Amino acid sequence: MSSFLFWIFALLMLIFGAAVIINRNPIASALSLVVSFLGLAALFVSLDAYFIGVIQVLVYAGAIMVLFLFIIMLLDLRAEKLRKINWIASAGGIAVALVFMIQIFSVVGRFPAAKQPFPPLARSTSDDVHRIGLLLFNNFNLPFQIIGIVILVATVAVIVLSRRETR
Amino acid sequence: MITLGHYLVVSGILFTIGFAGVMLRRNIIIILMALELMLNAANLSLVAFSRFHVDSSGAPNYNAQVFVFFIITVAAAEVAVGLAIVVALFRLRQTTHVEDITALKF
Repeated sequence: MSSFLFWIFALLMLIFGAAVIINRNPIASALSLVVSFLGLAALFVSLDAYFIGVIQVLVYAGAIMVLFLFIIMLLDLRAEKLRKINWIASAGGIAVALVFMIQIFSVVGRFPAAKQPFPPLARSTSDDVHRIGLLLFNNFNLPFQIIGIVILVATVAVIVLSRRETR
Repeated sequence: MITLGHYLVVSGILFTIGFAGVMLRRNIIIILMALELMLNAANLSLVAFSRFHVDSSGAPNYNAQVFVFFIITVAAAEVAVGLAIVVALFRLRQTTHVEDITALKF
């Protein structure tokens, strides 16, 4: 993997990820999130995980973000008006996030494997759909069926929640 | 040379951005987007570890990628339910601002 491409896509992902929480306009946030997810999909491809990269684009940048944009436009949300900012709560939030980041850096710094480069692969992983599919239906068959039930329950819940009360 | 640590640090920064978004923003939809950022940060570190643990046949460890597949599925279900709740709440209160929704506040 080329280190130039890694830095390009990592910076793209982080800058647009920060734009998601900085923008006041929800539509701008949603579109920044799409770009951030595309950068993340490129990082997955750089890790030779082609299948995960493709479903990242299809499911996240496609389906989930369309759902977000649909709801934002349905509710007709405009840019938030500037309210009185609770400075104590904001400072607390930033402080907790910074402490958290320092903690992650120190853990990664002390983790010996983090300094090793990635070992080479024996062959191309362009058939990883086949490998993941075999694993999914052999070793992870029960979790796969449970996840189907989870989706079914979510679908029923969404229909119940969005139905108008009729009496 | 890009090492495992680079990916872990990028994943940690992405998680922190999402965490700060949940702590700082007051719009429910933006909070849901920040939750998605945190889930994706976890996915990135899982895929990096999957690529790092090459097994004896020279293939990456695909168990982690199956796990990422499950996380993406659950995230999709979670967003669908979360946005349905936001729509139901908006219909009731005409707001998506968390400080206006304090019915369960102790």
